[in-house]
Amino acid sequence: MRNLLTGLSAIALVSTLGSAASAQEGKVLSLYNWGNYTSPELLAKFEAETGIKVTVTEYDSNDTALAKARAGGTGFDMVVPSANFMQIWIEEGLLLESRPDQMENFKNMDARWIDVSWDQGRHYSVPWQWGTIGPVVATEFYKGDINTHAIWLDPPEELEGKINVPPEKNDVMYAAIRYMGGEWCTGDKEFLKGVRDKLLDAKQHWLSMDYGIERMDSRDTLAQFYYNGAAFRAREVNPDIRYGYPKEGYSMFMDSVAILADAPHPENAKLFVNFIMAPENAALISNFATYSNGILGSEAFMRPDLKDAPELNTPAELVEFGGWQDVCPTEVDELYTSIWTDLMQ
Amino acid sequence: MATKPQAFDPKSQPGFGFVAGATIVALYLPIIVLVAFAFNATSSLGIWGGLSLNWFIKAWNNQQIVDAAIFSLWLALVAGALATMMATLAALAMTRTAPYRGQTLAYALINQPLIVPEIVTAISLLIVFSAVKATTGYSGAGYLVLAHTAFCIPFAYLPIRARLEGMDLTFETAAADLYANPWKTFLHITLPGMFPGILAGFMLAFVVSLDDVVITELVKSGGQETLPTFMLGQVRRDMTPEVNAAATLLLIPSILLVTAVHLINRRK
Amino acid sequence: MADAAEVARRYQAAAARRRWILKAPALLTILLASFGPLAVMLVYSVMEKGNYGGVAFGQFSLDGWTAVFFKYDPFDETTSLVVANLTVFLRSIKLALVTTIAALLVGFPTAYFIATRPAESRSQWLLLITIPFWTNLLVRTFAIMGLLSNQGLVNNALIWSGVIDKPLQMLFTDGAVLAGLVYVYLPLMVLPVYASLERMDFRLVEAGYDLYATRWKVLRHIVIPSCKPGLIAGSILVFIPAIGAYVTPRILGGGKNMMMGNLIELQFGQGRNWPLGAALSITLLAIVTVALVVYIRNTAGKGGAHGH
Repeated sequence: MRNLLTGLSAIALVSTLGSAASAQEGKVLSLYNWGNYTSPELLAKFEAETGIKVTVTEYDSNDTALAKARAGGTGFDMVVPSANFMQIWIEEGLLLESRPDQMENFKNMDARWIDVSWDQGRHYSVPWQWGTIGPVVATEFYKGDINTHAIWLDPPEELEGKINVPPEKNDVMYAAIRYMGGEWCTGDKEFLKGVRDKLLDAKQHWLSMDYGIERMDSRDTLAQFYYNGAAFRAREVNPDIRYGYPKEGYSMFMDSVAILADAPHPENAKLFVNFIMAPENAALISNFATYSNGILGSEAFMRPDLKDAPELNTPAELVEFGGWQDVCPTEVDELYTSIWTDLMQ
Repeated sequence: MATKPQAFDPKSQPGFGFVAGATIVALYLPIIVLVAFAFNATSSLGIWGGLSLNWFIKAWNNQQIVDAAIFSLWLALVAGALATMMATLAALAMTRTAPYRGQTLAYALINQPLIVPEIVTAISLLIVFSAVKATTGYSGAGYLVLAHTAFCIPFAYLPIRARLEGMDLTFETAAADLYANPWKTFLHITLPGMFPGILAGFMLAFVVSLDDVVITELVKSGGQETLPTFMLGQVRRDMTPEVNAAATLLLIPSILLVTAVHLINRRK
Repeated sequence: MADAAEVARRYQAAAARRRWILKAPALLTILLASFGPLAVMLVYSVMEKGNYGGVAFGQFSLDGWTAVFFKYDPFDETTSLVVANLTVFLRSIKLALVTTIAALLVGFPTAYFIATRPAESRSQWLLLITIPFWTNLLVRTFAIMGLLSNQGLVNNALIWSGVIDKPLQMLFTDGAVLAGLVYVYLPLMVLPVYASLERMDFRLVEAGYDLYATRWKVLRHIVIPSCKPGLIAGSILVFIPAIGAYVTPRILGGGKNMMMGNLIELQFGQGRNWPLGAALSITLLAIVTVALVVYIRNTAGKGGAHGH
């Protein structure tokens, strides 16, 4: 018994020391990214070219990632926050000013993604994937106009009780505010009360508030307010699936790679950041995650079905309705949070 | 069920066999579906699209899944074994003795992880361990082993204690009367008697550790992905049969291990 | 005389020391990695909330605790009793209770059936019960999701047999959460009940029949009392994780109806109100502790009444 005990604790000790030692080796890199968002092919190619092995650890929400990084001591080198969180990461001093704009491959960056509000001139981050959020509809069951948030905020009878909305505060609030005729970051209480009532009323017509699009495959939901890349994958299963760009205003999102201020391997991380700005590498990310990247010339290396997908190519006449979720003033954000917790309960 | 209505079996209760049978069918139905869809040709988890081995090849070649699966098993074995040993020692100290000062307190403490919802423990651990990680610079698997061992202890403890409490003292008293030393009595009488409890305790601890998501998610550092936290990350996007394939492959060592434990137990 | 007393005292002291040494590893581990860290929750619950989650250290505030019971509506600028929190609490308690009862109803006969098999096949039955739980919880939950979905096996079977003509919405309902919770926590019921049944003396049962007791009476007065420790252990093991469950309600419930675990997570996540989350956690802990004490007191009392 005692031998067994010492033996097992020795194993435990050796293994923990082992992992501590490997953390000090040179040719490794730790990426903290959204689940199922990292192309294994991309990592294999990076390792082949540089000899650096990337380990991926995953998170499922901006809040989890932020909470962990703020608590410190994570051992991660890179993280992929969404645009509407990037400002918090930078303000809190969590990110390294790695100056991607001075890197070799920065010349490939699409000019529209350089002077973005959340990282002016790209001193901290480079795009990983970007997309839009809108209604995804099974048109076999609903034939009406889908370029409107009414699909899920004033649902037609055909879709009653067959709707899913993701539990993402900013995405939902943005759409609801625009649908009700307001501007993002409005602090007008009278107006926001209307938004709250609308959401609480609409929730009764929903089936679920969760992540995932596979419930559309089985027709458990016939409509979702969801992300364009997922809509593309849903259409691969059910050809009648269509994705809409609401004229009331829809939001765009972008997740960007940044290096953490306390990264153990900042130099390796910079190599990686530069690496993903090469068109052929950016295309690998898109081919896996089915969203657009921000690199010019990557189209040439993308899957043809993805490159030309209507979900990834906003019709010219609807481009103007897209907008970004800037970080709102704290007191406004608290109002939105209050509405959100009411809705979730 | 082949029951003989003529012979009166005092042990049998009407309908119990049916419930047990139905339970086992219900327990295996999701597993069968899970394994079946690992062989699905399309990427759906709900609609059958033909037979294929694609997802197995994908999962096998996905370094992330392989690493996560190995780490999960390793963690569950180490934490489960540690928790079972600690629980066994504690159970020996805390059962079959006259009440003594501090006993209730110790009992409450042992069971404390049970009454605290995972999410609460997880967030407290995130706060505390992060502070330790930031000061010591060590961010290895030790934190996860410690956290898992802690919440596995009560799971291992309950069956062991239940077993000990019900054990007949006669043999031990007899052995003591025959001047066997306490260690020998323990080794030859108490331990074999406890063994089914210890085994049940270890199995519970192992399973509980293997299934944990919330605590692991918040305690893990870079490169410490377990299969559940890996899958939690996938929930946000869509699940593919790749994880089914991984889970199916994991079933094999699991079954081997359970069977080995089963055989050892039978030899006793 | 004095020597004998001294020897007895020393013996007792040695026994006490040995008990503490034996307990020490378990107690220390729990203190370090489970109980101790909870103190952080107490501290956090009386702090001012931080801007993006977290707390503002050193700024003492009771807002977190106030928000457990009262809600300030920033739009009407009124304060009222929080009904929403209460609803979530009650729903969780109800669902956890139903889960425990269902697990008992299914788990006890199953454990009994296994315990009454011939000795050599018992462990094989036990093996059969355990194997499903060696597959990952999340994968199993997703498999259940597949079973209950609109085009899943259950709906297809019902349509094929003519019971219904179009798919029933089973997924993302309370029923789905219940099924999931029972499925997940069933072994926590079966194993302890089995452990205590296995060492039951079945001669007692025979004696019962000799006295012309019915099967029901034997079950009620002999079998159940003698496996009570297992039944209690099983019920506690099921009820407590069920009440704070997070993953199963989130996946099978579709996230529309929260349970307590999800409500707490919301405050630490997108709600960005850590003091409220901490206060809710402590409230949940208090509820569980009270339930536990009441439950143990009651069953202990009844156990005494049976012991004649």
